[in-house]
Amino acid sequence: MTKKLFSGPFLAFILCGTIVPMCVIAFYGLTDRSGAFTLENILAIATRNHAQALGLSLGLALISTAICLLLAFPLGLILKDSKLGKKGFMVFVFILPMWMNFLLRTMAWQVLLERNGIINIALKALGLPLLDIINTPAAVVLGMVYDYLPFMVLPIYNALIKIDKSLIEAAYDLGADRALVLRKVLIPLSVPGIVSGITMVFVPSLTTFAISTMLGGGKVNLIGNIIEQEFTVSSNWNLGAGLSLVMMVFIIISMALIEKFDREGEGNMI
Amino acid sequence: MTRKNGRARAVAFGKGLYLALILLFLYLPIFTLMVLSFNEGKTMSKWTGFSLKWYEEMFSSRTIMDALGNTLTIAFWAAAIATVVGLLACIGMNAMKDRSRLVLMGINNIPLLNADIVTGISIMMTFIVCGISLNYGTVLFSHITFCIPYVILSVMPKFKQLESHTYEAALDLGASPVYAFFKVVLPDIMPGVLSGFLLSFTMSVDDFVITHFTRGAGINTLSTLIYSQVKVGIRPTLYALSTVIFVLVLVILIVVNILSNRKETEEL
Amino acid sequence: MKNLKKITALLLAMVLAVGLMAGCGGGDGKGGAADDKGKVYVYCFGDYFDPELEYEFEEATGYDVVIDYFDTNEELYPVIKNNTAQYDVICASDYMIAKLIDGGLLGEINYDNVPNAANITENVKPFFDEFDPGMKYSLPHTWGTYGIMYNKAMVDAAEIDSWKDLWDEKYKEQIVMPDSLREMYMIAGKILGYSMNTTSEKEVKEMTELLLKQKPLVYKLANDSARELMIGESAALAVITSGEVLYSQELNENIGFVIPEEGTEVWTDCWALTANAANKEGGEAWINFMLDGDVAEDNFEYLTYAIPNIHVDDVTEEPVLNPSAEVLAKCETLKNLGAEADDMYSKYWKEYKSE
Repeated sequence: MTKKLFSGPFLAFILCGTIVPMCVIAFYGLTDRSGAFTLENILAIATRNHAQALGLSLGLALISTAICLLLAFPLGLILKDSKLGKKGFMVFVFILPMWMNFLLRTMAWQVLLERNGIINIALKALGLPLLDIINTPAAVVLGMVYDYLPFMVLPIYNALIKIDKSLIEAAYDLGADRALVLRKVLIPLSVPGIVSGITMVFVPSLTTFAISTMLGGGKVNLIGNIIEQEFTVSSNWNLGAGLSLVMMVFIIISMALIEKFDREGEGNMI
Repeated sequence: MTRKNGRARAVAFGKGLYLALILLFLYLPIFTLMVLSFNEGKTMSKWTGFSLKWYEEMFSSRTIMDALGNTLTIAFWAAAIATVVGLLACIGMNAMKDRSRLVLMGINNIPLLNADIVTGISIMMTFIVCGISLNYGTVLFSHITFCIPYVILSVMPKFKQLESHTYEAALDLGASPVYAFFKVVLPDIMPGVLSGFLLSFTMSVDDFVITHFTRGAGINTLSTLIYSQVKVGIRPTLYALSTVIFVLVLVILIVVNILSNRKETEEL
Repeated sequence: MKNLKKITALLLAMVLAVGLMAGCGGGDGKGGAADDKGKVYVYCFGDYFDPELEYEFEEATGYDVVIDYFDTNEELYPVIKNNTAQYDVICASDYMIAKLIDGGLLGEINYDNVPNAANITENVKPFFDEFDPGMKYSLPHTWGTYGIMYNKAMVDAAEIDSWKDLWDEKYKEQIVMPDSLREMYMIAGKILGYSMNTTSEKEVKEMTELLLKQKPLVYKLANDSARELMIGESAALAVITSGEVLYSQELNENIGFVIPEEGTEVWTDCWALTANAANKEGGEAWINFMLDGDVAEDNFEYLTYAIPNIHVDDVTEEPVLNPSAEVLAKCETLKNLGAEADDMYSKYWKEYKSE
């Protein structure tokens, strides 16, 4: 019986660090400055500026998640079949950048993409047209893909190597070609990896404000930037909290969608 | 035959090219920073000669060294405390009924699924509402909070694999519960505990958003320092810092790999 | 078992690293202060004094100093107001000082502890009438004006003489504008002939529309990092303070600076004590130290901003830092507009940023 008491410290942390803060944010989000109940902060998402920022965030997050997936899946396949030395080492090489602080990695792109930055100096020397994407949404997407790609590679690779080799061989023996094996065996069986990869890329991309600040030149305003500004500049906590609640709802919805897809995928498999 | 060979070669070449391109994409930025860190001049657009002065400046900069110290000590204590709390929680939860355990595991998932920005803001507001000024302790507290779930997720499965008979046998043979725990249970779940600790440590070192909102006067971690410096204008000391961090991570991981490989072959 | 060993090794390496760090950190702390008189918490714009002075201050006074940085005045205010973090001494611009005084967030300076206040030059004292009459709460760190920095090799210097030039299509994607609310409305106001302190919603709306028209021409919204873009020739024009000019010219000789004919904002950045400073004497010691003649000289060398200190002679020799009386007559200072007007400005600023 007394063993249960061991979870005491954990419960205390959950209470003070998760449950109470959630109540506080909900309270602020649902009240105005005088403390009276209002839905204004939640409905504020529908105003032009906020809706625009949310739309842009959703768009950029979707694009970067899609790019990460398109880059990572073939990579996972190649790594799975690779005979290059040790497989563990190759995977390690692709995951290594994840260990470096993501702000430093994002900063690196600011240095590279600057109008008179390294890439453009090289392009100029080669007589090629210049790459002018810094301070645009394209640069922000690039930053997101770069920062979060390892989060997509790892779960997909892990799902792919778990697939029983005999299953693939059986498919070939039964006359399936590469495309069919990919479509009917490899992709369905790696759905759990794909799903966790998508969540790990989509959620941070949707809510980021650091990447857009560093690569967007102050011109790309995502919902994360708006929320951050409400706290660090405008000090309208109620609005900031209200918008955070809306964002949480969007995260929950997207997770539910992904999960549904996940289950359906598994259903197909069986 | 030759045609088939040719095709296989083309496929292999394509695969190699793809790997090479992704590697270029991943490492070009990092190597650029490394090269620039040795550039004598202040601006990145011109190479004006080899110099180690940015390294000197970095190691003598108190702001950077303090931030590095904060990053590592916060990560260490957050990971250590989260590991202990998480381990105790697992012991406690295993003694609970299935339903209450499931509820707790569900709540445990909230910080994992929540966006960092919401976690950070909510904790910050809670502190301010309670009249607590932000300081080193508030950062540490929030790091412990978001580390605990990782520990529990790493340790819990190990408990499930545990043979409860061995523990009971130890008790039957006269061991005290504490002794039995340390001698029988702990060795079995140790891999989970360690990976929970390491995961927490890495998460804490890498965190920016939560620290950004909960840090107090003069408490910078590397992440928040880099963010504020990039706003002012990137100084080459940050290139030097990137290089040092990258090399450090590389060395640690390679040494660990070699060590574990050697152990493996010895065991064989 | 293999994993376990891998992990143990990694763990050991990390613990070792942390141990080393803690060791180094502890050593530094002891070496820094001869006689420990407590800590002074300073909150300041990024890179706004010679970093060497941190050590000199500790040696000279025996205090430990902890410094933290922010980017814009607007970021400073909520921190001080909500007491999210406790600082003893802050650096802020004129209108923000007024706002903080209004909110009762600053403490009065005891001049007995700041004898170096005598070093302040006469020319900045009239500025204080606008935001802190009698200099009860604040003492000047630097002062200056806003203007347009240009690159002679990229634009025709003779053509740049008005804020309106920033709206010229031919400089598309070549212009760096400040990522700072009040400065942006100052520029728009100067073009439309409105005061930079207007509280008329109609005028603010009109200014926002004007700014939005220019947004496609803007390469980047940046404050302190603007000079790097000019030095690196990534941009041809930047709205920047007079203090950045000498520094930038040292690194790129093509750089020039002009105060537009419509006039501009003249600003004063000041040191002040927070109302709930835990170490008021320490804060005063910091301000006193910053006003010291030699220290001011060091800061001028490092920053190249105009430092209003009688011991810094070089300032008077630089025309960029000393606009003529004729130019100054066309200048205004930013004033604290009150919470209601601030909210209105934020609303329109958000519209500008999200569009």
